[in-house]
Order: sequence, then structure tokens, then C-alpha cells
Amino acid sequence: MLRPFGPNEVLFIVLAAQWTIALSAIAFLGGGLGGLAVALGRVSPRTWLRRLATGFIQVFQGTPLLMQLFLVFFGANAFGLGLNAWVAAAIALTLNASAFLGEIWRGSIQAVPSGQWEAGTSLGLHYGRLMRLVVLPQAFRIALPSTVGFLVQLIKGTSLAAIIGFTELTRAGQIINNATFKPFLVFGLVAALYFAMCWPLSLLAAWLERRMAAAHAR
Amino acid sequence: MSFTLRFGPVFEAWRELAAGVWLTLQLSASAMLIGLLVAVVCAWAKVFGPRWSGWIVNVYVEVIRNTPFLVQIFFIFFGLPAAGIRLSPDVAALAALVVNVGAYATEIIRAGIQSIHTGQIEAGLALGLRPVQVFRLVIIKPALRAVYPALTSQFILLMLSSSVVSAISADDLTSVANNIQSRTFTSFEVYIVVTLIYLVLSLAFAGAFRAIDRRVFSYPVAR
Repeated sequence: MLRPFGPNEVLFIVLAAQWTIALSAIAFLGGGLGGLAVALGRVSPRTWLRRLATGFIQVFQGTPLLMQLFLVFFGANAFGLGLNAWVAAAIALTLNASAFLGEIWRGSIQAVPSGQWEAGTSLGLHYGRLMRLVVLPQAFRIALPSTVGFLVQLIKGTSLAAIIGFTELTRAGQIINNATFKPFLVFGLVAALYFAMCWPLSLLAAWLERRMAAAHAR
Repeated sequence: MSFTLRFGPVFEAWRELAAGVWLTLQLSASAMLIGLLVAVVCAWAKVFGPRWSGWIVNVYVEVIRNTPFLVQIFFIFFGLPAAGIRLSPDVAALAALVVNVGAYATEIIRAGIQSIHTGQIEAGLALGLRPVQVFRLVIIKPALRAVYPALTSQFILLMLSSSVVSAISADDLTSVANNIQSRTFTSFEVYIVVTLIYLVLSLAFAGAFRAIDRRVFSYPVAR
């Protein structure tokens, strides 16, 4: 017997969006830290660090996010750690975000004019202070539009956690669809909720980009 | 904490894996080609078409770019039969990939078209070409050339995200991996091997796109 698609079902889906937001937030914070490390590794004066960071980025950008999720989820089980789907998804998305943010921020760091690096060095700043006081603050401004754009990609990526069984927005839609069999309504609502999260960020990213292009044109 | 990795059963299934690679290659190559056509038409509609067609394309592009691929494929596979259109998993997977990559490529190609100097278009019109001929003979090739790197990286992303079609049990490399792991209980080993195959596939696509670039866009440009 099919359940009707009533207010309770809608509420179940809407409330599941909080897990999508939580997963995105954790992956963005973790990926932010990891991405900074990867970006600094990519521009490091040490060759082995540069190679390590480059390899990390290539592997995570050259393989499907779904496989990365499976590897963390099933890998932890193979090694007897037994992570639940929630932790596995958070770890996999964090690693994935680290690679993508690392590559975005590498570009931004290298876009800071070399005169700035030289000026910092000639003021006697060593590498750490040069990065922290001169390069990174300027790179941050350059990186902002693409970073916001990546956030959209990350939110959409969290939907794959549904495949390993974590009940976020997409999985909630699947559950309700199986019970009510109203796929148009259910997945329409799920899509609308994702759209409500992602579209403002897309608009923000586009606006930031236009503003930066205008600042450059001056 | 003790564990042993068993790659034996995975390598024994090499025939299945090879067939899976072929399925993923077919699926993504078809989606790239059809998606490219969709995107060229949509980009044309957005830049040269009447205002209403530009609006429709805008809605299409924004909706697709701001919702997850997994939800799009569920919508097509579970939703369309409710509207009387029944699709097999494979057809639904191809349709979803085309719809998805079409939206991303539309924006990329639109940027390419707008990078073409208006003088070129005017010259074409002055030679007596009809607008469609100007688009086909004057605009589209240099426009594609201008955005070729962005377009091909989008295509590689498409190939990687095609692994998601296994969620509706369409045939591809990931579905093959799922079958092998449920039979042999070597999930981690299977997914390691398949992940490496995807890595090789993305490098292979990048190489193929570079070769196409050298053949198709080898003519010099005036700057």
C-alpha cells in the first residue's frame, strides 16, 4: 500500500537538507585546511613537496568522486575500521575538496605579481611570514570567485553520499519515492531544494567575478 | 587490526572489466558528441536566437548547473515513466549525461562565440552568406577553438561523473565493479583497480583531445 505524498513526507525531505548542509560545511572546512596545505605544497621551493601535491591533485581530479567515496567507505571496512557512511562521506569529500581547492588556490598564489614576492623578500621576510603577510591575503581576493563556485560543486557532490547509504537530501528523496511512488513531485522537490542552496552561490560567484574583472579593467 | 588484500579474484574478472571499460567509453563518447550538438544549438539560440529562446536556454542551463547529476538521473529514470515515457537504464543514463553536459558546454561555447570579432560576422554577411551559413562557416570553428581546453576538461569531468549511472544500474565500468564485488567480497580491491582504470581513462581522453586539437585546429591564427 502506497503512502500519500503529504506534509510529513515534504517535511522529511526538507529536514534532510540539513544533513546536506552539514556535510558540505564539514567538507568545505576540512577541504579548506587540506587545500591550503596542497596549494602551499604546489608552490613550495622543495621539489618532493611539489611532486607530492601535484600527484595528490592529479589522482583526485582524475578519478570519479563516487570511486573515492567507495574507497574510503569499503577501504575502512577492509582495514577493520568500520566507518559509518556519514564519516566516510565526510572524509572522502574533504580529500576531494582539498585537491580541487588546492589547485584553485595554487593558481591564485601564482597570480600574485612576482614583484610582491620580491618586495617581501627584500624587506627581509622569511618564507612563512612572506606567505602569511604578503602573498596569501592578495591570493585570497583572487581566489574568492572560484572558491564560491567550487562550493556549488561540493554541495552537489554530497548527493553521492546517498549511494553509500547516508540519509542526506537525495537519499531522503529516494526513501520517500519508494514509499509514495511520486517521482516527479519527490525529485522535483529535491532538485528545487538543491537549486535553492546552489543558485544564490552561483550568482554570488558570477557577481564576484564581474567585480574583479571590472577592477582589473581599470 | 589484521587484513589481507586479495587481488586474485579481481584480476580473474579481467574480461568483465575490459567490457566495462568499453561500456564507459561508448557511453561517455556518445554523450560528448550528442551533448556537443545540444550545446552548439543552445549557444546559438542564446546569442543569435530570439529573446524567448535565450530565456529557455538560460533556465535550462541554470537548473542543470545548480542541481546534482544524481538527482537529474533519478528524475529522468523514475520521473519520466510517470509521465508515460519509459526508458531503459542505459537510455536514461545517456539522456541524463547529454542533458547534463549540454548545459555546461552551452555556457562554454557561448563564451567562444562571443569571443569572435563582430567584423568577421559582418564580413561574412557582406559576402552574401545567410546568417546560418555565417554561423556554420565563419563562427563555429574558431569559437570552438577558443574554448577547446575548457570544453575538453568538461568532457573529461563528464566521463568521470558517468560512474554515477551505476546508481540506476545502467551498464558501465562502475556497475561491473559492483557486480564483481558482490560476487567475490573483495570490494576494496575491486574499487582500487577500477579507480586506477578511471585515472588511465582520463589521461587517455586528455591525450586523445590533444591529438584532435593538433589535427583540427592546426591552422595559424592572426593575432
